[in-house]
Amino acid sequence: MKNVLRTFLRFLENNVGRMWMGLVYLFLYIPLIFLIVFSFNSTRQDGVFTGFSLRWYEALLSDSRLVEGFFLSLKVALITGTLSVVLGSFAAFVLVRYLRFTGRTLFYGLVNAPLVMPEVIIGLALLLLMVAVQRTLGWPDRGFITIVTGHTLLGMAYATVVIQSRLSEMDRTLEEAAMDLGCRPIQVFFLVTLPSIAPALVSAWLLTFTLSFDDVVISEFLSGPGVTTLPQVIFSYARRGVNPSIYAAATILITVVSLGIIVYSISVMRRQKRLDREISAAARPEQAFPDPDPAK
Amino acid sequence: MNLPLSAGDGFLRTDQLVKRFDGVAAVDDVSLSVHKGEIFALLGSSGCGKSTLLRMLAGFEKPTEGSVILDGVDIASFPPYERPINMMFQSYALFPHLTVWDNIAFGLKREGMPKGEIEARVQEMLKLVQLETFAKRKPHQLSGGQQQRVALARSLAKRPQLLLLDEPLGALDKKLRERTQFELVNILESVGVTCVMVTHDQEEAMAMASRIAVMSHGRVLQVGTPKEIYEHPNCRFVADFIGNVNMFEGELTLDEADRCEVTTEQGVVNVGHGISGTLGMSVAIAVRPEKIHIDKTRPDVNVNLFTGKVREIAYFGSYNTFIVEMPGGRRVKITETNTTRHESSLITWEDAVFFWWDDSAPVVLTQ
Amino acid sequence: MKIPSWFQLNLGRRFVIGVPYAWLLLFFVLPFLILLRISVTDMGNGVDPFAPLIETVEGSWHVMLRYNNYASIFVDSAADAVGGFGNTIYMEAYKTSLKYALLTTLSCLVIGYPFAYFIARSRPAIRPALLMLVMLPFWTSFLLRVYAWKGILADQGVLNNLLISLGIIQEPMVMLYTDVSMLVGMTYVYCPFMILPLYANLVKMDFRLLEAAHDLGASAWKAFWLITVPLSKSGIVAGSMLVFIPSVGEFVIPSLLGGAENIMIGRVVWDEMFSSNNWPRASALAVVMILLILVPLAFYYRSSSDRDAQGRH
Repeated sequence: MKNVLRTFLRFLENNVGRMWMGLVYLFLYIPLIFLIVFSFNSTRQDGVFTGFSLRWYEALLSDSRLVEGFFLSLKVALITGTLSVVLGSFAAFVLVRYLRFTGRTLFYGLVNAPLVMPEVIIGLALLLLMVAVQRTLGWPDRGFITIVTGHTLLGMAYATVVIQSRLSEMDRTLEEAAMDLGCRPIQVFFLVTLPSIAPALVSAWLLTFTLSFDDVVISEFLSGPGVTTLPQVIFSYARRGVNPSIYAAATILITVVSLGIIVYSISVMRRQKRLDREISAAARPEQAFPDPDPAK
Repeated sequence: MNLPLSAGDGFLRTDQLVKRFDGVAAVDDVSLSVHKGEIFALLGSSGCGKSTLLRMLAGFEKPTEGSVILDGVDIASFPPYERPINMMFQSYALFPHLTVWDNIAFGLKREGMPKGEIEARVQEMLKLVQLETFAKRKPHQLSGGQQQRVALARSLAKRPQLLLLDEPLGALDKKLRERTQFELVNILESVGVTCVMVTHDQEEAMAMASRIAVMSHGRVLQVGTPKEIYEHPNCRFVADFIGNVNMFEGELTLDEADRCEVTTEQGVVNVGHGISGTLGMSVAIAVRPEKIHIDKTRPDVNVNLFTGKVREIAYFGSYNTFIVEMPGGRRVKITETNTTRHESSLITWEDAVFFWWDDSAPVVLTQ
Repeated sequence: MKIPSWFQLNLGRRFVIGVPYAWLLLFFVLPFLILLRISVTDMGNGVDPFAPLIETVEGSWHVMLRYNNYASIFVDSAADAVGGFGNTIYMEAYKTSLKYALLTTLSCLVIGYPFAYFIARSRPAIRPALLMLVMLPFWTSFLLRVYAWKGILADQGVLNNLLISLGIIQEPMVMLYTDVSMLVGMTYVYCPFMILPLYANLVKMDFRLLEAAHDLGASAWKAFWLITVPLSKSGIVAGSMLVFIPSVGEFVIPSLLGGAENIMIGRVVWDEMFSSNNWPRASALAVVMILLILVPLAFYYRSSSDRDAQGRH
């Protein structure tokens, strides 16, 4: 009896890491599994799986509010992503390269603040600004432009963090070599720096796109009549009750995202393997300069 | 194309060049003159200012004071991309996203050179470093030695008036280094470009450079050919930095036109030339280990003869090194090449020996 | 070296610094200044959301500053004011928010720290895959995932039905719209924000220090508390701040999963804005919220700027 207990305890001890991780992963994925399973539920009920059906997918496609919201969110997210990456690159450059100028600490604080601030505060403050601007200039009306502005404020902060990390790791001598070979600073940026940080730009874009596509609070504060993003539509449905077309939308989203991530990860791994192979192939022992041509 | 300058003209000159960081001078009043076509080395240990000096020549640091004059033009205020100078970086700094061909062509494209000429020039460079078949590879597909060749080709592609080399052999392993030294010099001399190189490795400097500037704490202590620096160091630091040396401190006790004598704790040293100093001044005597003779039997000399006991021996095959302890405790390093084989006079540990040197061997140092 | 002033920088630098700086000043600083200003205004007359900011009295301009918004946050009526802070619904909301933020931070820490630790200790080859699995839910809409918890925790939901069918309970547990569902939802959403900084910190740790500790006689448990935890302090602080500060103003999760007894301040601000149309009061509530999170914000900045300084060799 004691032995059984002892082996059990030892099993626990050796595997506590894996078990804990397994539990947490389960916790993280339960909602996703629920969404996928119940999107195929034949009835409205949440508690019981009554049968397989695609009716919610059909309902989804015919729900004009959801479809319109989807396209609006797409447009907003595309612009937000691009704008955030541009502004974030500037800010990252400033933070990594320009170490001394008046007002740097304030700049650092401002760039990082949207990361931690509750969105309610950001949304409210921006709304007040927009109203004040509209009062004085007569433009813009609350809607597309205001939402993009709000999302970009948040997106810029995230983009800066991502780009900054890659930029600070970059080999500076490459830029010096470019200058030594005749590049003016602007050319250095486009010919050497940009290719070097390109992966970070892509991840920053994807990150801010996702953030914008997913945002509820800021959109709610800054949207206007007739301008409703997809999360806003979902949120309004959610408060009213259960609507399994949402589950269908979720399942589609989960599938798309998972595929994307898996494809991306595999391609990264493949490329890394190829790189490693090439590097070790080149490092075979060899001579410095071969013997000069005896015929010379 | 410039008119050829005479050997004595300073093709590259620095005039009282100073660089301060936060009040501390990394380069302190350096005035150098580099001749056209020569390979000039800046030699010193880390922190001596040689790298800062090189970066000022390249344009990555702005001098605090002084000027840099290349072929008569003061370039100190020019940014790096406006100088007819190119640099070979210690880490090679090859652009990872470009092929070998594009790396070499990079500087040429910035000049606006027509495509046909770029083709021809890149081919020429590839041939120079013997990498013609590697043109389409990317840097990570090359070995360390191959990357170095690409870096060299890239830095020579624009036919610069001055080539800067930052620890050119530093990244190579020892075996590669010796071969590369000579091949590199051959290439540079065949191209005929004026070079300034920076290194902390005295063997590298001695092997490659036609003239060397020894630096310490931001100042240049001595400039000369490798032989001059080795045989006639002008101060204790240089004597000690280059090669091995035995240093004796003493006082000048006799000073005549053709000889002088220095009295040290270990005895009187005779030197075969005068130094025009004041009697009683403190000087140092530097004697290289290979210039000292050693034997168990007393030789037929009466000056610069000393005795001692052999404490350490290292047998290196082609030469031996002895550490001999003099009465009084002072240890002296002596190197002897194995030109002959005398069974009878084989010296071993604890032997009492005589050692001596010619009066032409010691160098008198006042600094 | 003197820090160069604005005019000493060359044109290129000025442009690169100026563009993001201008954006931030315009869209971040300016709104907050307006927020402060509106918070000391009166409520509007139904057409405008707030009263005019400047009024003319006897021909001269006066800037109107009304502090009654702030007063009404803390006291219900003038009578209560005598005794000090009252017990308004607003103060309740602040307390609730702080309470949940704290609880969320703690539960994320308890769940997330071991998780990050085990990932950091696992084989380098599988770490990227493990991290990717953590991030994957993050890339799918958080709104949808919170929505899912509604379905799972409902009285007729999956969890209850499962427990009943297993015979563990007889009647469905009320989980939705309670403390439980709130906490579950908050912890769920904010976990990655705790895990990632912790992981970044732990993965850089030299685990040979633990071996040295074992060699000197410390048990695994002791070594963990005496060495691992103190060394990961900056990760703990960063993660905690990334969870605590936004949680205070969280709006979506309380709306979907919270009940009527646990109203959080984010919801209150919303109601004041869009139900009562009392923008000045909403602004005042926001300002007080900012003041509440200033201390944690300072903590966050201190720990992140330390890392920023260390990053520059």
